Amino acid sequence: MEDTILKVNDFSAFFGTNQILKNINMTFPVKKVVAMMGPSGCGKTTFIRCINRMHELNPDAHTEGAIYLHQEDIYEMLPIFIRRRIGMVFQRPNPFPTMSIFENVIAGYTLNGIKLKKTEKQEIVEDSLKKAALWNEVKDALHRRGTFLSGGQQQRLCIARAIAMKPEILLLDEPTSALDPISTYNIEELLLELKKHYTIIIVTHNMQQASRISDKTAFFYLGELVEYDETINIFTKPKEIRTQNYITGRFG
Amino acid sequence: MSQTTTARQAKGIKFKEGLFKWTMSNSALFSILLLSAIFVTLFIGSLPAIKVSTYHFLTGTTWDPMTNRYGALPFLTGTVITSFLALVISFPFALALALLLGEFYRKGVIADIFKNVIELMAGVPSVIYGFGALYFLTPAIARLEGGLGYPTFGVGILSASIVLAIMVIPYWTSIAREVISLTPNDIREAAYSLGATRFEVIRYTILPYTRTGIIAGMLLAMGRALGETMAVTMVIGNTNALPKNIFSTSQTMASVIANEFTEATTDTYLSALIEVGLLLFIVSAILNVLGKQIIKRLGKI
Amino acid sequence: MRYNGNKTKGRILTDYFFKWLTLAISSICAVPLILILYFIVSKGISAINWQFFVNIPAPVGEKGGGVLNDIIGTVMLVIMASAIAIPIAVIAGVYLAENKNSPTANLVRFCAEILQGVPSIVIGVIAYIWVVKPFHHFSAISGSVALAIMMLPVIIRTTEETIKMVPNHIKEGSLALGVPYYKTMLRIIIPCGYSGIISGIIISVARIAGETAPLLFTSFGNPYISYNPVKPIGSLPQTIFLYAMSPYADWIQQAWGASFILLSCILIISLVSKFLTRRWKIQF
Repeated sequence: MEDTILKVNDFSAFFGTNQILKNINMTFPVKKVVAMMGPSGCGKTTFIRCINRMHELNPDAHTEGAIYLHQEDIYEMLPIFIRRRIGMVFQRPNPFPTMSIFENVIAGYTLNGIKLKKTEKQEIVEDSLKKAALWNEVKDALHRRGTFLSGGQQQRLCIARAIAMKPEILLLDEPTSALDPISTYNIEELLLELKKHYTIIIVTHNMQQASRISDKTAFFYLGELVEYDETINIFTKPKEIRTQNYITGRFG
Repeated sequence: MSQTTTARQAKGIKFKEGLFKWTMSNSALFSILLLSAIFVTLFIGSLPAIKVSTYHFLTGTTWDPMTNRYGALPFLTGTVITSFLALVISFPFALALALLLGEFYRKGVIADIFKNVIELMAGVPSVIYGFGALYFLTPAIARLEGGLGYPTFGVGILSASIVLAIMVIPYWTSIAREVISLTPNDIREAAYSLGATRFEVIRYTILPYTRTGIIAGMLLAMGRALGETMAVTMVIGNTNALPKNIFSTSQTMASVIANEFTEATTDTYLSALIEVGLLLFIVSAILNVLGKQIIKRLGKI
Repeated sequence: MRYNGNKTKGRILTDYFFKWLTLAISSICAVPLILILYFIVSKGISAINWQFFVNIPAPVGEKGGGVLNDIIGTVMLVIMASAIAIPIAVIAGVYLAENKNSPTANLVRFCAEILQGVPSIVIGVIAYIWVVKPFHHFSAISGSVALAIMMLPVIIRTTEETIKMVPNHIKEGSLALGVPYYKTMLRIIIPCGYSGIISGIIISVARIAGETAPLLFTSFGNPYISYNPVKPIGSLPQTIFLYAMSPYADWIQQAWGASFILLSCILIISLVSKFLTRRWKIQF
């Protein structure tokens, strides 16, 4: 029996009267990669943004049901505390343009007013950049702005920034869709390494990516969780007809 | 993190967040407050004069503070004539510049030169335009007047209109450029692909399309022109009487305030000048809003 | 279909003619500007000597008058006006950028638009009623209030435009790290917009530095050097106005000099602003 880190109970999400997610029930195992896939508009991005409560930044948004992080209801906690425990990497790499690479990685601490000694900062930055497989490429340029890096490097910088906070879960919203194939490959390899330390939940448009790197895959369609199983099962013997149609390309 | 530190942190953050949002919305509301306060102040300030002259303010031609007669028609006429003339004079220039930068020379050295000229023109302060006009323009106008048999004041409506025209050109050019750029490209390209020359494209497709926009530009430029004070004050001649012709000396609403405000001896006198200010405020606000609304509508088509 | 060669030639000629006509008319616009610039430079420079900078006005007819009092006055007025206008306007601009469609925001934008079109002399009247009348004397602060009111709409608009241009995903990146909204704005988003915000401030400073009308009956003018905000204070544009309208050749000469100083300062400020914008521009 795997340990469950995140439990989702009868969860629904709305934008005004529009219901985006319908009664989602699922559990996420600790330190595994779970991929969420489905056609555009199926709600997968909304779902991942509900997990770190970014969804509610929209004034029309509201939710029903509960999501439990280690038995704590995340909707009972302050959003900013959730987001320090659940990190997120976005589709478009977004390093802070006014900060150097060093400052970017440590931004979660400095912006939140957490005081660290200089040596502690050094340690965290080096550790995170190494884990994000970026250290060797930037170690001599830590005090330059991050915007001169390539797309793939910027994305790894964002990953380093997220994991510097030592989150328990790392959410990734289509992290490679804006990148070239080589950078995509690098990041996928990186994620396979990272799952040793963090639980990874990744939204992807790319079925091949899901089948390459995830342990479990969830298929969403029109706001419903259609099927959720081991990746190998989803792709070789899906139980639902809709899953099969999606995988075989009947619709996209 | 213990429960108490988290709770305390949370409280602190909630407070700062609320403070920030409160400051933001109040700074914004301040502008609404300011505008309303301006209007109310002007209105209340004008009340004494309104009681004295009522509608004679707009129709009376005698402005004699000594006998408490405040007919502002001379200034209204002066303002309208100078602004209108300024628009008429500046229109071909503004249009030429706008077409030049919008169609003929979009990039390159010539475009840069003219863009800089326009920016420079917009940056020269009103007093300096007035000074320059006093030095070059009024002697030339005086010679013209002499040649035509009019009294050679040099200053007067014509000089003021010309200076005003020069000052309005950069403003009007930028509006005209904006309006011309709103012409959809496909109409332009359709005309070119039918073999039209540039002139014909401009004449038959762009200009008709921008007619409404040009009118909006006129409203905005007029609003700008009638508020111009310093340059006009220096060359209008400061005569509180209805002008007879374009060589007459005159007075505008803005220049009468500039000239007489510090010399207003009685409260009613001051109040009458404030009433002139109120009128200026209302008219320029209306022209401004109308003009901008029209342009916004154009942008949405 | 017959090809009418002559008509085409006519059309091409018209086209050429029109282009050159447009060029000619546009060039005529430059003439007044060139005239003014030329004379300001030539006459202005000859009026300027060391005394001009460091003296205060001498009685009419006496040599050696200067405009130090006005230079100090203009600087003081600008600084005080900026101190009043900048905090309010920048924060209001941020509010507008963050609340794009709310009815309140639209009303604020509407008011700012009208405010921008209010004639400067009317603003002088307002500052008179609000600051001069209650205290019964002219003061530098009343002039600054008038100038501050003029600065507000410009800075509000440029700040709003600048902050709107900061991409949304940067804000989300900060929020996803658990950073509270207010800190995200203050430490990340607004710093991204520094170059645009500052350039807007500089533009409005260049605009008010040359203003005379609102000062005529607020700061009023002062032939002596004054650093006192509650006393009347001189300014370069006012002195130019006074001297230019006077019949004294000596004063008119000084007006050229003062114009030269004023125009040079405005030009330098504008150039500095352009340079800064380019250098500090943050790429996203």
